[in-house]
Amino acid sequence: MSPSVRLQEMIRVIRSARTQGEERGIIQRECADIRAQFRQGDNGERSHSLAKLLYVHMLGYPAHFGQMECVRLIASPRYSEKRVGYLGAMMLLDEKQDASLLITNSIKNDLSHSSQFVQSLALCTLACMGSAEMCRDLATEIERLLRASQSYIKKKATLCAVHIIRKVPELTELFTPSARTLLSEKNHGVLHGAVVLITELCERNPDTLDQFRKAVPELVQIMKGLVTSSYSPEHNVAGISDPFLQVRILRLLRILGHKNDTASDAMNDLLAQVATNTDSSKTAGSAVLYETVLTIMDINSESGLRVLAVNILGRFLLNNDRNIRYISMTSLQKIVQTDHNAVQRHRGTIVDCLKDQDTSVKRRALELSLALVSAVNIRSMMKELLIFLSVCPPELRSQTASGIFNAAERYSPSKRWHIDTILHVLTTAGGDVRDETVPNLIQLITTASELHCYTVHKLYRALVKDIAQQPLVQVACWCIGEYGDLLLKGECEEIEPVQVTEDDVLDALETVLQSHMTSPATRGFALTATMKLSTRITDNVDRIRSIVSIYGSCIDLELQQRAVEYNALFKKYDHMRAAVLERMPVMDKNSPGHTNGDTPGEIKEPDTSKPKPVEAGLLIEPASQVCDLLDLLGGTDTPLQPSPAPTSTPTATSSADLLDLLGGLEPTPVPSVSVYEKNGLSLKIQCDKQTETEVTVTLTASNSTQNDITNFTLQAAVPKSVQLQMKAPSGNVIPAHGLGQVTQTVLLNNPNKVSLKMRVRVAYSNQGAIHQDTVQIDSFPSAACQPSVSPL
Amino acid sequence: MQFMLLFSRQGKLRLQKWYVPLSDKEKKKITRELVQTVLARKPKMCSFLEWRDLKIVYKRYASLYFCCAIEDQDNELITLEIIHRYVELLDKYFGSVCELDIIFNFEKAYFILDEFLLGGEAQETSKKNVLKAIEQADLLQENLDFQIRLLPAGVLSPNISSESTGLFQS
Repeated sequence: MSPSVRLQEMIRVIRSARTQGEERGIIQRECADIRAQFRQGDNGERSHSLAKLLYVHMLGYPAHFGQMECVRLIASPRYSEKRVGYLGAMMLLDEKQDASLLITNSIKNDLSHSSQFVQSLALCTLACMGSAEMCRDLATEIERLLRASQSYIKKKATLCAVHIIRKVPELTELFTPSARTLLSEKNHGVLHGAVVLITELCERNPDTLDQFRKAVPELVQIMKGLVTSSYSPEHNVAGISDPFLQVRILRLLRILGHKNDTASDAMNDLLAQVATNTDSSKTAGSAVLYETVLTIMDINSESGLRVLAVNILGRFLLNNDRNIRYISMTSLQKIVQTDHNAVQRHRGTIVDCLKDQDTSVKRRALELSLALVSAVNIRSMMKELLIFLSVCPPELRSQTASGIFNAAERYSPSKRWHIDTILHVLTTAGGDVRDETVPNLIQLITTASELHCYTVHKLYRALVKDIAQQPLVQVACWCIGEYGDLLLKGECEEIEPVQVTEDDVLDALETVLQSHMTSPATRGFALTATMKLSTRITDNVDRIRSIVSIYGSCIDLELQQRAVEYNALFKKYDHMRAAVLERMPVMDKNSPGHTNGDTPGEIKEPDTSKPKPVEAGLLIEPASQVCDLLDLLGGTDTPLQPSPAPTSTPTATSSADLLDLLGGLEPTPVPSVSVYEKNGLSLKIQCDKQTETEVTVTLTASNSTQNDITNFTLQAAVPKSVQLQMKAPSGNVIPAHGLGQVTQTVLLNNPNKVSLKMRVRVAYSNQGAIHQDTVQIDSFPSAACQPSVSPL
Repeated sequence: MQFMLLFSRQGKLRLQKWYVPLSDKEKKKITRELVQTVLARKPKMCSFLEWRDLKIVYKRYASLYFCCAIEDQDNELITLEIIHRYVELLDKYFGSVCELDIIFNFEKAYFILDEFLLGGEAQETSKKNVLKAIEQADLLQENLDFQIRLLPAGVLSPNISSESTGLFQS
């Protein structure tokens, strides 16, 4: 039996195995056979054994023991053995194996073999798996072969050079001169290889790129020859003369003409010719046209040419072949920013592609559609996009939703439209939207104050219909909580009125609270909304009270905390309940990623981009708030009793703080404390904590004497680690009879959190007499507490 | 081109040509994932898909999938033409080629591929020249080894399966 039949016999036996186990057994036997064969040495059977091993390897079984055999076979003088040996090397050896270096010498010898087929084997293997080291060793050999006489070898050497350059970019100079001369070859194979080589050289080295720009006329000539030549059966594919070569030349021209006017001018005519004359009924022609369009868009072409290119892409969009449509959309995506108007003309076709069966095409169409949305077409585009959202495959949903939101934000014609659109998205694809959608929508709703009634009605209806979509439920709960009174009033200009009773609303919220579909975060929203309603409804406050108290023993910590606090609000702080649950002010939109101050001790501008943590922070015991402040300031000698019981200043100021954050009522001014009173001059101090370490101290001086105080100056000293910055005083004359004041602001930065002390020296003239005095301020609490002062 | 894979409709690999250095494990992983992805595509879908950071071009001929991974700057449509050219070469060589031919003569399929593509790029754009080169190489092998072929390539036990369908008849 001939040895090659034995290989085929083995293949047949393996294929006839009925189970995986049977196959494994056969393979094991064969491998043992092969190993024995290898050990026997040269007996004419080695190549067949290796071939068998390669088959086994392709099935996925390990074949490392064949590596050395590859090396041996490559070194054999027999062509058949070399052939299989090199094949084995390409399959089993790669540059990561050490054995690959062993074949370098054989390759070197074979590169100068008398038979061109042996040379070809060596070239092919080097180009396939040659490592950087091997490439460096053999580069000069390859360069020599580039100038060989036979085109068969030349074309292979050229592509081998491409591989070498990819592995060892420093060798570009070695190949540049020969590459230039190769362009004058007639043989298409060599020409093709030369163009690939030049492309690679130009991509690696900008100097080489400049050099090869001079070759543009030559390349244009070659292309012209291909495009206008008569029928040449050898290279013809569907009527196009050598489309492979044409595509490569066009790609090289693209690189050479990029950002270069002279080169671009030289190829303008050619590109126009190719664009108009190429027949695109088959793939080959379309491939050439596609490459032409890419080239036109990437060089400095004149506008007429660009329009031509976009029109070609538009024609592609209408092509029956799905591949061509996909290609055209990919290209349009690349140019939609630069040639926006041209692409807009094809908007209709692109939107139609949203309905294509293929997901890749759909995805492309989606990206393009989103890029084409503008203020002019927003309404019609949004209609299409919303239809798409309801039928699109799940992997595209979240992209579509965020795209719709972005577009709506930028181009929405009216607030109501914007809100409607977001609501639509939430109902259709609520599960796929991003987290920040909820606060964004809430912020949007608060700014559209005239639409509150409309919005809350719509959301209520959506809530009643379906409570599965969490973002929608969250927004709906929030709105019902805030604007429940509008909902209950029942009238609204923009929707037909429906009578909603308090029980209905509470039922809806309770359903949300109790449903197993609701997430814990949503439950939080619902509970807070229920609580807020206690101030907006009249009859069912007891019902709310009972709901809230039930959740006081809930397992979820967040809910339990909220319920307990709301309970406290009912019981001990009932007098504050109305104020606390007042309607929220319009929120400022902040930059994304800005985290609201979750630390309860912050007393700064209401930063309410995230309503949830604000609400949680608001209801922490006022007393603990005070204590935190004291702690943060490093403690005082006499800590204030943390009782919320009425010492008027603490409670009033803490509720003032709460009210500050709510922004509903006029905030009572932070009290200033008097630190010095003598001779009619009184000095008051007012502290504002900006951050954990910074305090702004405002000193106010007033004059109760009969005469003006002039030349009034303040000097201040603080402990060493504290930084002091005194701002300019408002003036240095204090009018008499308390008619005016001088204020001066001092910024203190206390990074080490030492206990703050400040010594203030006042100097002034009154009735011609110069006065000077010093007062020491021992501790700086926040505005909520009294500073303790020791006069010197 | 980074690699080319040929696999059957059941996901069995018939040919793999890698032009980038990867470990055996990585190759197996890529093959497995890509085969799954391509086999999951419906018949009317387009031939291009994006997978990891590569562009994949694939086409089915009878029971065999031809799948190429190309880089960003490569032209997808011309890659389709390259695949078609390779199938034409196989067809001419084996005479109405079918999957069985490629299974039982896999080394010849590799030899033909290596005469058409080198280092991932087309080396010869003329069909005639590629076939001529293969023919001469085969002759060289026969003459040098005085090897007598008992059976012509590709003819074996009549196996009426999908694998014996000619690639050009779908």
